[in-house]
Amino acid sequence: MSAYVLQQLINGLVLGSMYALVAVGFSMIYSIVRLINFAHGDVAMIGAFSTFLVFAAAGLPLWVIVPATLAVGAAVAAVIEFLVFRPQRQAPQVNGFITSLGVSILIQNVGILLLSAQPRSVRLPGLLRTNHDFFGARVTTLDILIVAATLISLLVLTLFVKRTRLGIAMRATSENVSAAQLMGIPVNRVITAAFAVGGSLAGLAGLMWGGRYGQIDPLMGFVPGLKAFVAAVIGGVGSLAGAALGGYLLGMAEIMIVGMLPSEYGSYRDAFVFGLLILVLLVMPNGLLGKPAEERA
Amino acid sequence: MTGGTGMMDRLRHSPATLGIGLLLIGAALIAGAETWLTPFERTVIGFAGINIILAVSLTFSNGLTGLFSLGHPAFMMLGGYTAAILTFPAMRKSTMLPGLPEFIATSELSLLPATLAGGVVAAVAALIAGFPVLRLRGHYLAVATLGLIVIVQVLINNMDSITRGAIGLAGLPRLSNLWWIYGWVAVTLFVTWQLKHASLGRALMSIRENELASASIGVRRARLKLFAFVLGAFFAGVAGALWAHLVTNLTPNSFGIVTAFMIVVMVVLGGSGSLIGAALAAIALSVISEVARPIERAIDAYGLVQIVTATLLIAVLLFRPQGLFGSGEPVTRRMTTPGKPPSKTSHEHRGGFPNETS
Repeated sequence: MSAYVLQQLINGLVLGSMYALVAVGFSMIYSIVRLINFAHGDVAMIGAFSTFLVFAAAGLPLWVIVPATLAVGAAVAAVIEFLVFRPQRQAPQVNGFITSLGVSILIQNVGILLLSAQPRSVRLPGLLRTNHDFFGARVTTLDILIVAATLISLLVLTLFVKRTRLGIAMRATSENVSAAQLMGIPVNRVITAAFAVGGSLAGLAGLMWGGRYGQIDPLMGFVPGLKAFVAAVIGGVGSLAGAALGGYLLGMAEIMIVGMLPSEYGSYRDAFVFGLLILVLLVMPNGLLGKPAEERA
Repeated sequence: MTGGTGMMDRLRHSPATLGIGLLLIGAALIAGAETWLTPFERTVIGFAGINIILAVSLTFSNGLTGLFSLGHPAFMMLGGYTAAILTFPAMRKSTMLPGLPEFIATSELSLLPATLAGGVVAAVAALIAGFPVLRLRGHYLAVATLGLIVIVQVLINNMDSITRGAIGLAGLPRLSNLWWIYGWVAVTLFVTWQLKHASLGRALMSIRENELASASIGVRRARLKLFAFVLGAFFAGVAGALWAHLVTNLTPNSFGIVTAFMIVVMVVLGGSGSLIGAALAAIALSVISEVARPIERAIDAYGLVQIVTATLLIAVLLFRPQGLFGSGEPVTRRMTTPGKPPSKTSHEHRGGFPNETS
């Protein structure tokens, strides 16, 4: 395998990790409240801004910055849930979806108003930007950390959902909200917690995104958020493993389009991503690892 | 078409005098506007008209049929580019757009045929895209149609020799005026109103309320959905053509997700399936954005229009989820379903579409 191919595989792995983090949060929220949350990507943007504009500027050390960003993501997502999604839980399903689009546009424009649409360049400490030689490919410490942190997060999340009381309550709620309520599960708190967990993952992804590409702007979250949704659908919405798998597949596919095909196809990347979405939905409406459909009257 | 006879009945018994009267009043208002208003005011009214066409045509699929599509900007782009290329001065075509086939490069159409061509191209695209995409429901349909926007944008961006890519087409002839725009508003309202109040409209609403039940009484869902989608796309293409010739400047980024959002807000504010509601919301939002834009510039607060729109949307959804007029029309409460929130017994609205995992 040539070093070039290896380099592309590594890039795909890193991009896929970031998609996977956002997609898992997306999928978690969807499986519990059946809401496609357009604002999820914007939570990642807020995470990125608080990391680089507040925490890094305040000179906090890295071991404080990461948990602080996780907390910001969780808090933002939980507040959004409480303020706009909870009052609408009985409303028609598309209402929540349109609302989330509204929240997303609101956050982006408040961001532009307060921070200007101009991208800001951000810099990570030199330690993270060190290059390593990996069989001829170039890998930074940050790349390794991104992949490792994603895998650890996914592992912790899986244990959390399978083993803890709160995680079990989440799975019960996603099966059937009213039955869960009848069993004494505090459904409202469980839903807020799911948003918080998803939000913290999004915040982490925002931190990684900003660090990796070196710049942040108020609109940075929307398109990756949308692509993370595509990833979640490819993997099977509702399945956390599926969302992670979809994220990695999409990241790989995107890098391969840009890196392997002649350069004139590179600019077709986004058309390819959404074409893939439509195709997957038609051939496998439940995605790769989704549960089979169930017709209800 | 299920609605054949019912529609003809309504056409025969529709109060033609009322219609003609409305057209005459409209014509008088336009004549007045063309004489006394400033160009800026006329442009605002023009935008309002184009937004009415967009919102009313989207109501047909999104509100009445419950097909939640975000794809209108994709069809606007197709219509706008088609019409713009057709009306572009033939002299400049050969140098600026070298990729055009001979018969288009040498011809130069006037607005009406170009607009119709734009609508037809958009409708054909909707027909092709609709076959696969309309098999999806709810959220999935929404995101797939969002994908249509991205796909059309990417294609236009990459077909430099026909569309000038990201630079866009500038210096289009300013052919749209209030007469053309309001002529199309009248056509859009007439067609959608007649169809809504025919049995076709009832069939569409039955798909929205409960697909399984609607199928079991013999409604041909696939065909009707495709019809609603294609009809909406035709008018979106027309609106795109009128827009291009009002602004005289067209880039792929003119129509994106924010445009989709603005049109959807109009439909939601008006009420799901209320044509008059959508039209009123379109007027209100057009005026708000055009009035707020100078304020935006003056206090250097870009994004204000969208902040106001998004807040308004969220507030309406929180406090009046069925929109201003629900599914009814403010003038003809009797003829339509009352404007109450969708019934709780319908699974479509409570969560969990039949084809989704639970």
